[in-house]
Amino acid sequence: MLKRSLSLAVLALALPFAAQAHKMWLLPSATNVSGADPWVTVDAAVSNDLFYPDHVPGDLSRLVITAPDGQTAKPDSAITGKYRSVFDLHLTQQGTYKLSLVNAGVFASYEQGGQKKRWRGDAANLAKELPADAKQIEVSEAVNRVETFVSNGKPNEAALKPSGKGLELVPVSHVTDLVAGEGATFQLLLDGKPASDIKVSAIAGATRYRNAQDEFDVTTGKDGKFTLTWPHAGMYWINASTQDDKTSVKQAKQRRLSYTATLEVLPQ
Amino acid sequence: MRRLLFSMPALLLAAPVVAADLDVTVQIPQLDVAEYHRPYTAVWIEREDHSVAAQLAVWYAQKETKEGAGTKWLPELRQWWRRGGRELQMPVDGVSGATRPAGQQQLKFKDGKAPLGQLAAGKYELVVEAAREVGGREVVRVPFTWPATSPQHLDAKGSTELGAVKLDIAP
Repeated sequence: MLKRSLSLAVLALALPFAAQAHKMWLLPSATNVSGADPWVTVDAAVSNDLFYPDHVPGDLSRLVITAPDGQTAKPDSAITGKYRSVFDLHLTQQGTYKLSLVNAGVFASYEQGGQKKRWRGDAANLAKELPADAKQIEVSEAVNRVETFVSNGKPNEAALKPSGKGLELVPVSHVTDLVAGEGATFQLLLDGKPASDIKVSAIAGATRYRNAQDEFDVTTGKDGKFTLTWPHAGMYWINASTQDDKTSVKQAKQRRLSYTATLEVLPQ
Repeated sequence: MRRLLFSMPALLLAAPVVAADLDVTVQIPQLDVAEYHRPYTAVWIEREDHSVAAQLAVWYAQKETKEGAGTKWLPELRQWWRRGGRELQMPVDGVSGATRPAGQQQLKFKDGKAPLGQLAAGKYELVVEAAREVGGREVVRVPFTWPATSPQHLDAKGSTELGAVKLDIAP
C-alpha cells in the first residue's frame, strides 16, 4: 500500500492532472460579487490538503476563462510561485464566469535499457519525443478539467455550455447559489452525453483542522444527474473520474477522464 | 361600543376596496463594539416557496467610490442576494436607501402601492436580514397570512444583529 501510494505520489509529480492522490484545484476569493468594478483573485495549486498549496502550482498555460457572454476572458497579474499560481479576474460583465484548467494530453510509460520511464505531453509530440529504443510502450490519453465559478450580479448559464469533450458539469442548481443543508443537483456529461453510474465525491476545505477527510459520495443516475447536500458552509472540492477506450490518439488504448470543481456553499 | 360593533361588518365588506396597511418596525440594536458600522439591512416578503413577493427595503452605504461603494458589499446580505437582490439594479426608487442608525426603524406600506404592490391571498413571511462590516449577520422571519381579516400584531426577535421585528397589519 505504501509502495502504491509512493508511486502515485511520483506519478502526481510527473503528471498532476492525472493523479488521483493529489488534488488539483482553483480557489476563488469570492463566488458572488457586485458593485461597479468587481475583481476576484484566484489560487491554482495541487495538494493533498484542501485548500493549502504545499505541493505543485497550477499550470496557468492551461487556464481558460469563459465570460458570461460565452467568449473567453483574460486573467490579470498571473504569477506562478513554488506552491501555487495566482491570477486576478476583472469581472467586466454581469453573469457567471467559468474558470477552467483544461488538459487534454498523452501519458506514456516505457522501458529504455531496462529502466522504466514516463513521458507526458501533447499527442502531436509523442512519436518524435519518445526515444527510438523505447520498449513496452503503453500510451493513455488524459482529458481533465478543473473548474470554479464566479457570478457578478445575477448568474447566467452561457459560460456553462458544455464543450462536448470529456467529463463536464452542467448546472441544474446554479453553481454559485449553494447553501448549507439544501440539496444541489448537477448533471455530469461525458462527451456531451449524460454520464451515468459515475461516483462523484465531495470534500469540504480546511481539512488541516480536522482529523478525517469527511468525504461523501453520490453516484450519477441514468440521466447523469446527482444531488449533493452540503452538511455545512464552506468551499467544497468535488471530483469524478472514469475511463474508457474512446481515445482520439491512435497509439492510446485507454482514455482517462476526470472532472473537478471548487464550489462555495454559504450559510443559511 | 355599540356603534363600533355595528360598524365592523361594514369594515369587513369594505376590506377589498380600502387599501390594507402593512407596517414594519425593525429594531437595530445598540452594540458595544470597538469598531461599529451601521448594518446593511434588507426587508422583503417571501412566498411559501421562498420566491420574492415584494422587495420592501435595502439599506447600504451610499458613498460613491470607483468600486461602486456600498454596492460592492451587497452580496453580504446573503439570503437577500440569492432571493432576488442580485436581480435589482441599484438604486431602486422607494426601496434602497442609506444605512440607518441603532434604534426603531419604522416602515409603512400600503396594499396596491409600490413597493408592496398587490399580494395574492396566501401565506407569506416577512424577512429581515442584517449584515454588519466586521460584525455578524442575522435573518429574522415573521410568518403572516394575507389578507388579514382582523388587525394583526406579529413579531419575532433577533439575538445579535437585529432586535425586535414587528409586523402590524391593518385590514
